[in-house]
Amino acid sequence: MIKSLVIILMTSVLVNNYVLNKFLGICPFLGVSKKLNQAVGMGVAVIFVMLLATLVTWPIYKFLLLPNDLVFMQTIVFILVIAALVQLVEIILKRYIPGLHQSLGVYLPLITTNCAVLGVTINNITDNYNFIESMVSSLGCGLGFLLAMVLFAGVRSRLETAKPPKSFEGLPLTLIAAAIVSCAFFGFAGIVENLFM
Amino acid sequence: MNKQNKLGILLKGLIQENPVLVLILGTCPTLAMSNSVISAVAMGVSATLVLLCSNIVISLLRKVIPDQVRIPSYIVIIAGFVTMVQMLLQAYLPSLYEMLGVYLALIVVNCIILGRAEMYASKNNVIDSALDGIGMGIGFTLALFAMATIREVFGNASFAGIAIPFLEPYKISILTMAPGGFFVFGCMIALVNKISKGKAIRKKEFGCAGCPSQAVCGKTGCDAGNIQEIQVEKESNA
Repeated sequence: MIKSLVIILMTSVLVNNYVLNKFLGICPFLGVSKKLNQAVGMGVAVIFVMLLATLVTWPIYKFLLLPNDLVFMQTIVFILVIAALVQLVEIILKRYIPGLHQSLGVYLPLITTNCAVLGVTINNITDNYNFIESMVSSLGCGLGFLLAMVLFAGVRSRLETAKPPKSFEGLPLTLIAAAIVSCAFFGFAGIVENLFM
Repeated sequence: MNKQNKLGILLKGLIQENPVLVLILGTCPTLAMSNSVISAVAMGVSATLVLLCSNIVISLLRKVIPDQVRIPSYIVIIAGFVTMVQMLLQAYLPSLYEMLGVYLALIVVNCIILGRAEMYASKNNVIDSALDGIGMGIGFTLALFAMATIREVFGNASFAGIAIPFLEPYKISILTMAPGGFFVFGCMIALVNKISKGKAIRKKEFGCAGCPSQAVCGKTGCDAGNIQEIQVEKESNA
């Protein structure tokens, strides 16, 4: 039991990294990774929303959609639930925990339509995970996102001082740096099989 | 004159305001689905269909939807059409449905569609919005097709599943994998910069224009941070 959970966690953090391997959540990855503190804030907010979204969407799917033959409504229901949830959390944080809202709140609205969050909830259903496995996989995906953001923020601070050809300035150079970071993650490909099986 | 205008609306999505290469919207499906020509075209066509339908409906309802709840309304409309496309593909083209996988459902959060709804369809009449939807959709499909062609021909020595034997010994298989996606996309944007002589470069920085959540976030959050930063950078440069 524990072993399979660890395998799910390691796989989603390192091997199937959402940003660098599945291309989900590219926009915040490229947009908010300029400064390390922003990258960490965004990463933590994503972990938080992913866990929350899974916590709500998994029961909705299993106990509401599946018994009533409404599986085809999955996409609509999930995106609406996630959007409403994020808004609600933001309002609650603003009212009761202003400190946390200051550091985390600014990133929350950005995540509403983030494909990584919707992606993880749908993947949990298609992979047939049970509730605990789903939560662990969401945590792993969020941690993987944070790891990629933090690593890439370091790479980008070096890029700022680089002098590329004129047409490569800005986004193209960032994307090529992302390609190299993504290559580095290929090194993890066999890690799960070798460590746990 | 009027006819030319309509043609202009249709054509600007193809090159001048190409959603992928100039506006930098919808990067996730572009990178993920461009590893083979067939999946790229399937993705492009599905997104175009959703974009066209959602633009028409949103434009029709633009005077009915209250301003405060417009984003959730747009998302519901878009999600409805995405579900229809999902069901159609599942019924008639199950192999493509398998191939697109989770990315088909993720058309809902594709920034191109929400972006065009917010930027164009909510302000213009039905015919213009429909033309804009078609133009942007074809622009998206063409950009995906071009990227997929590069990645499949050089990475897998095949085109749309048909093998090209003389390239077989020289194939660079990393191009079909994740790093190749980032690399080819970066090179293509650089090429567009080169051709447009930096005219398009202004839009390339990731501001709110390139952010999928721009519509939802209402210019708080990262935008406020970014603007401050940009100002600080400008001052320090000066």
